[in-house]
Amino acid sequence: MKKYIVLIMAIVVSIGAYSQTATEILEHIDRNMSSDNQVIESSMTIHGKRNSRTMTSITYTIGSEKSYTEYLSPVREKGTKMLKLTDKLWIYSPSTDRTIQISGHMLRQSVMGSDMSYEDAMDDRKLNEVYDAKVIGEEEIDGQKVIVLELKAKVDDIAYAARKIWVHKEKYISLKEELYAKSGQLLKQLTVSEVKMFDGRWYPTKMLYKDMLKKGKGTEMSIISIKFNQDIPEYMFTKAVLKQ
Amino acid sequence: MIKFLLKGILRDKSRSLLPIIVISLGVFLTIFMSGWMKGIFTDMVDMNAKFTTGHVKIMTRAYAENEKQIPNDLALLDAENWMQKLNTEYPDVEWVQRIHFGGLIDVPDANGETRAQGPAMGKAVDLFSENTNEPERMNITKSLVKGVMPSKSGEALISDEFAERFGVKLGDKVTIFGSTMYGSMMFQTFDVTGTISFGISMLDRGAIIVDIKDAQKALDMEDATSEILGYFKESSYDDIRADSLKADFNGKYSNIDDEYSPQMFKLTEQGILKEMLARGENMTSIMVFIFIIAMSIVLWNTGLLGGLRRYSEYGVRLALGEEKGHIYKTIIIEAIIIGFIGSVVGTILGVGACYYLQENGIDFSAMMKNVDMMMPPVYRAIVTPDLFYVGFIPGLVAMTLGNALAGYAIYKRKTATLFKELEV
Repeated sequence: MKKYIVLIMAIVVSIGAYSQTATEILEHIDRNMSSDNQVIESSMTIHGKRNSRTMTSITYTIGSEKSYTEYLSPVREKGTKMLKLTDKLWIYSPSTDRTIQISGHMLRQSVMGSDMSYEDAMDDRKLNEVYDAKVIGEEEIDGQKVIVLELKAKVDDIAYAARKIWVHKEKYISLKEELYAKSGQLLKQLTVSEVKMFDGRWYPTKMLYKDMLKKGKGTEMSIISIKFNQDIPEYMFTKAVLKQ
Repeated sequence: MIKFLLKGILRDKSRSLLPIIVISLGVFLTIFMSGWMKGIFTDMVDMNAKFTTGHVKIMTRAYAENEKQIPNDLALLDAENWMQKLNTEYPDVEWVQRIHFGGLIDVPDANGETRAQGPAMGKAVDLFSENTNEPERMNITKSLVKGVMPSKSGEALISDEFAERFGVKLGDKVTIFGSTMYGSMMFQTFDVTGTISFGISMLDRGAIIVDIKDAQKALDMEDATSEILGYFKESSYDDIRADSLKADFNGKYSNIDDEYSPQMFKLTEQGILKEMLARGENMTSIMVFIFIIAMSIVLWNTGLLGGLRRYSEYGVRLALGEEKGHIYKTIIIEAIIIGFIGSVVGTILGVGACYYLQENGIDFSAMMKNVDMMMPPVYRAIVTPDLFYVGFIPGLVAMTLGNALAGYAIYKRKTATLFKELEV
């Protein structure tokens, strides 16, 4: 009898240790990816069926609630601005001098024809806050050791009910992600091809975002520069900034 | 003999009244249903041709594959060059460019911020060219509920339903938000000059109509078009002509290895029209077939009853020396006369009812609010030459067949037992 109790306790402890590990891994990832605030200049190359377009933008973010993006190029997109405040999103078009609120099913539409939706762009929450994780194995990607985690959503208001992520064992950055719908259908895939260190934290600087329901080569994203914990004025996150 | 039989038919109402009523009713129903269904199908084809399919339609192969998703990124480029080619090579067809687009119609408040928004189903057609037939073809002018047609660039018509729901007034501005041909954000503001209602819920839901040049500019589709539609100038749709036009064009210009090469489709092979038209044609044949079978059974029965009732009469005629073959012949001729009278009455009633419905129709729009098909709101019949025989011949055949079957019993009568039978 004692034998069984010891065995059961050992199993319980080992399960606890595994889930702890998974949670810790998510915390590590969140520490790398999240900050009180950040300013990112990035470029996005969208591979369409007939051509490819590259656009650059600068994004100011405070926590996971406030974000402001301004497109810098090309000419057609220059001056287009997006403001996210909690779960609301506004887009400003300089050509029409109009501010349009995007809501409902429109949030699932593609941003600028890319493989990323407005919903993807808006969700900055920490992984640990919205997912329960479980380590399901270890693998190698391009010679780099990764831990494979299975994530299940613990909140309802989330675009992807489950994720499978391949986390670099030392840098704690997802090198690959698969995003799934509630039905289990694979919706998006993210592949990171370059990781750099900024202010003592690892951050992905080149990645390919692929909408698995769309034909095409996906959308390439590159980080041109990133600054953490900047002094971002509060007016950047008001609707007034859109028309400036 | 015919005069004698006619007198019999007119004087002995019990011999003719029921068969005439039955045949008239059957012929009437056949003609009426046939005319009405043909009318609905004709209207549906006509409406689809005008709004979506043309008599023939040209798209890129890739666009055609995903047509329902309105993939303007796969639109036909070099549109003006194609228009010139088509006008030169096929001058007896009127060629027009059309662009479809989706997105949001956003109604601003006084500060230029979103007051209301709803899904947009945009159609861009040639509104301003000197010789354009598009507003008339799409019945846009007649569908105006309020306001006037756009007269210059930057003006649009929106669905009356949308305008009512979101309080959009004439002269207000609305912004279309969507994607350009290359996936960029598309914002374009239009002045609302009028509201429209086609009476077709599929078209009225979030409809916005703009000039094609405005759409090309907004959607980054300069010299590109979603589709080029062709309409036969001197005639209505002709399937054989469309077939030959399609074969000629596709043979010259469509390349199976190039997904952006143009491909021509004829009206009857687009969407669900092909299936519906085939069903529509079969429907008349099926109805006539059922009518002949059902009527023959009814009239056979009526003939049998008549034979029983006239049992003594036939017996006397046989006793007087009339041949069985002669009596059978009179039964058949009598049936033909009754069938003729019933068919004439039924045809007059059927064609008359069809004509009435052709002119007036029945408005089903209230029942079609959630129908996602391009269906006419008013169901009309159509009077075509075939209505004059589609019920008439079956009526005549059914009556003759029924009486021929019933009258055959005359050959089972035996002269030897006649007097015994007549004593009764």
